[in-house]
Amino acid sequence: MLEHMEPSELKLVGRKALRVEGVGKVTGEAVYVSDMALPGMLHAQVKKSPHARARIIRIDTSKAEALYGVRAVIVGKELNYKLGLYVVDKDILAKDEVRHYGEAVAGVAADTIEIAKAAVDLIEVEYEVLPAVLNHMDALKADAPLVHPNLGKYDYVPVFSPQAGTNIPNLSKLRKGDVEKGFAESEWIVEREYTNPSVQHVPMETHVAIVEWKTGDEVNIWSSAQSPFTVRNLFCYTFKLPLNKVRVVVPNVGGGFGGKAGIHLEPLLACLSRKAGGKPVKMRATREEEFCLLPCRSALTYRIKTGVGAAGKILAQSLTLYWDAGAYADYAVNVTRASSYSAAGPYDVPNVKLDAYTIYTNKPYGTAYRGFGHVEFFWGLERHMELIAQVIGMDPLEFRMLNLLKPGSITITGERISDHSGDPAKCLEAAAKAINYGKLTPQEKAREERTGRKIGKGLATLHKAPAMPSFTATAAVVKMNTDGTVIVNIALTEIGQGSATAMAQIAAERLRFPLDRVKVTIEKDTDKEPYDWQTVASKGIILSGNATIMACDDLLKQAYETAAQVLRAQAVDLDHDAQGIFVKHRRDRVISFPQLSVGYAFPDGNAIGGPLIGVGRYIAQGLSNLDKETGQGLPALDWTFGAHGVIAEVDCETGEYKVLKVASAFDVGKVINPDIVRGQAIGGMIQGLGTAICEGYIYDEKGHLLNPSFTDNKIPTAQDLPEEIETIAVETAQLDGPFGARGVGEHPMISVAPALGNAIQKATGAELLHMPIRFEDVWRAVNAKEPIDNWITKTPTGSCRSDPATRHSSPDSAALP
Amino acid sequence: MRVKLSVNGSVYEREVEEHFTLLRFLREELGFTGAKEGCGAGECGACTVFLDGKTVNSCMVLAVEADGSEVETIEGQALNGSLSDIQAAFDRHHAVQCGYCTGGMVLSVKELLKRIPKPTVPQIKEGIEGNFCRCTGYQQIIEAVLDVSGQAESAGKGELKHA
Ligand code: FES
Ligand code: FES
Repeated sequence: MLEHMEPSELKLVGRKALRVEGVGKVTGEAVYVSDMALPGMLHAQVKKSPHARARIIRIDTSKAEALYGVRAVIVGKELNYKLGLYVVDKDILAKDEVRHYGEAVAGVAADTIEIAKAAVDLIEVEYEVLPAVLNHMDALKADAPLVHPNLGKYDYVPVFSPQAGTNIPNLSKLRKGDVEKGFAESEWIVEREYTNPSVQHVPMETHVAIVEWKTGDEVNIWSSAQSPFTVRNLFCYTFKLPLNKVRVVVPNVGGGFGGKAGIHLEPLLACLSRKAGGKPVKMRATREEEFCLLPCRSALTYRIKTGVGAAGKILAQSLTLYWDAGAYADYAVNVTRASSYSAAGPYDVPNVKLDAYTIYTNKPYGTAYRGFGHVEFFWGLERHMELIAQVIGMDPLEFRMLNLLKPGSITITGERISDHSGDPAKCLEAAAKAINYGKLTPQEKAREERTGRKIGKGLATLHKAPAMPSFTATAAVVKMNTDGTVIVNIALTEIGQGSATAMAQIAAERLRFPLDRVKVTIEKDTDKEPYDWQTVASKGIILSGNATIMACDDLLKQAYETAAQVLRAQAVDLDHDAQGIFVKHRRDRVISFPQLSVGYAFPDGNAIGGPLIGVGRYIAQGLSNLDKETGQGLPALDWTFGAHGVIAEVDCETGEYKVLKVASAFDVGKVINPDIVRGQAIGGMIQGLGTAICEGYIYDEKGHLLNPSFTDNKIPTAQDLPEEIETIAVETAQLDGPFGARGVGEHPMISVAPALGNAIQKATGAELLHMPIRFEDVWRAVNAKEPIDNWITKTPTGSCRSDPATRHSSPDSAALP
Repeated sequence: MRVKLSVNGSVYEREVEEHFTLLRFLREELGFTGAKEGCGAGECGACTVFLDGKTVNSCMVLAVEADGSEVETIEGQALNGSLSDIQAAFDRHHAVQCGYCTGGMVLSVKELLKRIPKPTVPQIKEGIEGNFCRCTGYQQIIEAVLDVSGQAESAGKGELKHA
């Protein structure tokens, strides 16, 4: 779909434009599901497990049912349904066993929230507490309790490989070349293990839905979901309903970040509504529930062993990723799969052996989160590159440049990189230049002297392709109104990322209309919008952008056909501008778009044509499934490459540090709207700093989540901004991207943490292996104390780090069943 | 209990349960849904409104405490269909993404500019630190505040660069 247009010919693409839904948001008029109320609406609350793992002996709901105003009470035993995105492993409410702290065991719908809460308090649950498996490395031990003893019996999507009789719902493998030979030829072998805990997405609007299950199985769902068609799909799979019975409506969404990509509260509310006679039932998660009832991002332990040749070329990598899924497989199995073809980074590596495990534990479960695993594994990978450079005595920038993918390189899955794949080196150079990498400026030297703190500069690269099925598809419908304005219907939801505005710019550019004649729908409705797979994976700009261009072309083709008859000209002799269609060599022979919009009527009353409705369908092309044993295949629609440069100032006495500057560069192919690209870049970067600096789940030794609130789980505020931020776009056109564009929604969050870690290491020599990088971690690392993490136990031992006995051995000898 | 207060200049009188927060009263009883709940615990600022000329987290105020008060919400900022200067600056600078924090943020900025007509960047950061935004990374919000306070030259530096 690359349009070979000079930037000067483009009127709207590449230029600033206000957000199409901006006014509604600044006035408070924009409606979110949390704002909605329907006549007769009931309010739901859930009873949650106080234990990480326990058998449910007895649930007594009689007192709750007797409370005035309670219209429905449900427990798991009544619900004979299974839910799951890829591995169908979840009950709507826990049945015999609870698998994580905060899991729902009963639901209530009542006239008011107060009554529903009181009813939940009246529900009595007797548990037999069972030993929980909390550390995902422990879950691999032969004697570990099984979180899902029935794993072998669950339905699953065949691209995954559940290991029956273990805690492993998926194992993805990749083999390229001969890794042993690569290590044998290596001059240096560097091996480390990197870790990070679970974190929460923290959309400012928590998950919320309203569901009504009407007579005749007509189900209406209003949800803060990112992907209305996925909610409909999974809902109908679980309840065995035809898709045309279930309608999912998504208005404005108060942030998603992947946490709202799947199906969440909808099935429970549907069951409550059905039991309450079809009344609409609403539930909005509290902030605490957002942390423990709803999913989080998986923790990761990443073990990397790299062989490097005498000249500094990477010859072999043995990569083992242990993903902590928590209690349910949800997206974690697909994060694992995505990591299996991406976790070597944007580097040319001839020999690779990769094993990526998804591991069940008794903790809140992991799901998609901006970056889809890349934030987590790039922490390890880009710290590792830094450590290798140090070991072999090469500058880290030079070492990265030497090993980056370039045209002609073969990725680890066997894809050949071309001139059009994007330019990781240019991104890295731009980031390095923006921070004056490799030296301190006179001002920085003076600052060091003045403050007594050390300034360090670090870099990190990144890449990501959309993690999606090879056949991912979408569609767009463009309808002309009688005044020549148009409506663009697409199901890509607007969750803040700015897609609606970008699509409006693309459509207006293609139609040659001013922007204000194009409206892109904000509220999505599965009964009205054409199909879209999901709003995830940074795939919106390419898929929906291309579909929108094709729909515009289709509309114009119809308009030209009618105009050709009216103007008595051949369609090839016609051209158009914003006003209408004209004969190229007779500009006065023109017919306006309003005249053509719903069909043309001749003066005698005869009519031709009909309403102008363009349809565009786009499907990812040329992708293939990955071989289950070797991981070889073509998984990537496109790669967006990027890099961050960070300047940090560290107090070596205390470990406290400050981020002075972050410079980020991304090869976006083509900027559609510079303000939106910059907004994504900065927003993602700050979210990445949150992950880098402070965010993470902390559990006690029994698996109780200790910090499910903003008091104990800080997210960045305006005070946490770096002193200086620079955002740079590289534009290597993507041949099949709309106007050459590729996605950049997730990428800014990736690799912020390792760039910061590398800067801190440069300033202090601290070898940091665990993210987030708390001040005390820096202090400990500076003082060469053993790095600790207390993300599970209340005593500072044990962790998401592996058993010390296996920590320094080869990944091949990990204690696996 | 009976509560009578004015919101954006209009008077409302309702019977309300004593545990009802001002936030729920505004949203659920009066339909001013521009104030949002992000935490319900006084930490995120999404529920910010003016109460007798001062910003408060309305999730931490009981409706009955606001009896006899003047409340100003985000819905009261645009007059006769045109955005307030702060709203227009937010729109112009893309200081809005999902929009969930925006109402509270705009009101906190209004309060800041009442106190300090030309705030420095550190003063702006301090002024909005009680309002969480998970989407924007705050930078474009700061630029909008610089612009609307007549410091557009400092705001203008915030551009996407090309390599
Ligand atoms: S909802 Fe009031 S401060 Fe968060
Ligand atoms: S714009 Fe989404 S939270 Fe601020």
